[in-house]
Amino acid sequence: MKKREGFVGSDVFVAGNGLMDRRLLLGGGVAAGIAAGAAGLALGQSPDWMKTPGRGFSGYGMPSKWQEKVQRPFSPAPGRPGTGSSRTPLHLLEGTITPNGLHFERHHNGIPDIDPARHELAIHGMVKRPLAFSMENLMRYPMETHIRFIECPGNSGGYASVQPAQTTAGGINGLLSCSEWTGVRLSTLLDEAGVQPGAKWVVAEGADAAAMSRSVPLEKCLDDAVIALYQNGEAIRPEQGYPMRLLLPGFEGNMCVKWLRRLKVTDAPVDARDETSHYTELMPGGKARQYMFLQAVKSAIVKPSFGMAMRGPGLYEISGLAWTGAGKVSKVEITADGGRTWAPAALGEPVLSKALTRFRLAWKWDGRPSVLASRATDETGETQPTRAAWVAQYATGQFYHFNGIQSWAVAADGTVSNVYL
Amino acid sequence: MYICRILLLCLALNVSAAAQNLGRALAPDEIAKLDLTISPDGTGLPPGSGSVAAGAEVYSKKCQGCHGADGAGKPQDRLTGGIGTLASDKPIKTAVSFWPRATTVFDYIRRAMPLQAPQSLKDDDVYAVTAYLLSIDGVVPKDAVLDAKSLPKVKMPNRDGFVNYWKPKK
Repeated sequence: MKKREGFVGSDVFVAGNGLMDRRLLLGGGVAAGIAAGAAGLALGQSPDWMKTPGRGFSGYGMPSKWQEKVQRPFSPAPGRPGTGSSRTPLHLLEGTITPNGLHFERHHNGIPDIDPARHELAIHGMVKRPLAFSMENLMRYPMETHIRFIECPGNSGGYASVQPAQTTAGGINGLLSCSEWTGVRLSTLLDEAGVQPGAKWVVAEGADAAAMSRSVPLEKCLDDAVIALYQNGEAIRPEQGYPMRLLLPGFEGNMCVKWLRRLKVTDAPVDARDETSHYTELMPGGKARQYMFLQAVKSAIVKPSFGMAMRGPGLYEISGLAWTGAGKVSKVEITADGGRTWAPAALGEPVLSKALTRFRLAWKWDGRPSVLASRATDETGETQPTRAAWVAQYATGQFYHFNGIQSWAVAADGTVSNVYL
Repeated sequence: MYICRILLLCLALNVSAAAQNLGRALAPDEIAKLDLTISPDGTGLPPGSGSVAAGAEVYSKKCQGCHGADGAGKPQDRLTGGIGTLASDKPIKTAVSFWPRATTVFDYIRRAMPLQAPQSLKDDDVYAVTAYLLSIDGVVPKDAVLDAKSLPKVKMPNRDGFVNYWKPKK
C-alpha cells in the first residue's frame, strides 16, 4: 500500500483546478480541510428519543420520515395519469442499488394489478412445442441472480435541447435504475420449447393495457436474458412488471417488457410501434436509425449537481455513476477546468458488467467558477462523445439514446447549474 | 450388470436435472386467441374489412377527442401530415409520415387504442380506422377498403426510411 506521505505538496493534484489523485479519497486526514459550514449542535444532553421507548414493529418497513423528500419526480399528462414516466432521484441516493420504491417507471397505459394465479407466460411461434408456464411452475426452475441497470432509451434526452435544462441530476438522468434481479434464464425455457431452424427474433408482449410489444433478437434471448421474478430480494414490484418482466441486460429498458405474458419466436422483427415511432433516431437527410438496442457507455456526476450548494472553498468529493450496456466500465475521467485536463476517478469495486459503477474523486475547490464533467470508457474501448458530436449525428429534435459528456458549472457563490461544454 | 444399472441411473438423473419440462402444451386455438402480433407480411391479420367512410365514423366517435380532427393531434399525438418533412430542418414524425408499415398502424390500434378501452374495437372497425387515417394524406384512396390481403400491400411514405443498426454476432 502506498504511504500517505507519498502525497505531499502539489503531488496530490493530478489535473487542473484542484482535482486530486484518485487514491486520495476523502476521509481521515484528507477531510480536515473541509470547511465547517453548519453550526455545531449542542451535544451533551440526551435527546428526547433516548428518554422514552421507541415505536414498535411493522410488517413492512418504510424510510425515515426525515427522508420524505426522497421521491420519484413525475408530471402526469392531463387525462392520461398512467402514461409517461417517473424518475429515480439519483442525486439523493448513494451507492449503486436503487431502492425498489424509487426504481424509475415508464408506463404506456397504467400499472396492471395482475393476479399471479391467473397469469401465464406463453412461448409460441417458430418452436417445436408451444408452451405456457404458470408462476407456480416457473418458480421450480433453477434461478440466477445478477446486478443489472435498466435505462430507458429516452433517458437524458434533455441534453438534445438547445439550452441546457436546469434540473437535477435525477431529473435529467433518472430514467435509470440498478437492481439485483433474480429469475429464470430465458434460454432454458426456449430450449424446452425447441426453437426451430430459421428463427431469428422473439416478439415480447406485456399484459398491460397497451399490450406493449417489442421485437428482440433471438441471439440476445439465448444469451443473458432472464425472466425476472425478484427485484432486490423481493417479488418484482407492480411498477416493474409483477409478476414477471423480461430482463435484457444492457439493452433498451423499453425492450425489458414488463408484465410479460407472451414470447412469439419469429424469423423477422414486426416493426412494433415502440421500435418505429419511438426509439429510432432520424439522421440529417431523412433516414432513421432503427434497432439501436445497446445502451452505450455513459456517465453523470450526481454530486455536486444542480440544486446543491457548495459551501465555500475547500475539499469536496465529486461522485457519480457510470454504466455501459456493452459490459464493464473500464475508466471514468473527470475534469474541473471545462475539459482542458482530465484525472482518472476511483471506481467502486467490484465493477460489474451491465451494472452501475460508482466513481469518486477528491477535489479541492478554490472558490472560483469551475466546470465539472465526467467521461466514461468501457471495456470495448468505447468512450462517451462530446455533446456536440452526439447532436451532430442526428436531425433536429432527436433525443433518444443520448450518451454525450455531461457537465455542471459551479459558480463562485457555490450554486451549480447545467451547462454545455 | 450392477455397473450398468448405476450408469443407467446416472443417465436418468442427468436428464431429469437438465430440464424441468414444466411447460404446459399450448393448443392451437389457445394460441389463436392469445396472439395479437401482426407481422409486416400480414401474418396475424384477422378476417374482416373496413372502408375509409366507415373509419371516419369510428374515428369521430372514438379517436377524435384525443387526436383531433383529421388526425391533426391535440391534446394527444398528431397522426397525420408531415409527409416530405423528414429530411428538412423541421422534421414532423407522424404515424403516416414516419411509420414504415401499415400493419403497425393496425397492430397498435388493435392492441392499445382507444386509451380508455383498449381492445374494445371490432376488427372491422380497426381496418376502417386504419383506412381512414391513411386516406387523409392520400396514402390510400378515399374509396379504399382494407382487409388482410390489401393492408400489407399499402406502401407507406417512409417505407424505406429506416437503417438497421443491429449487427448480430453471427
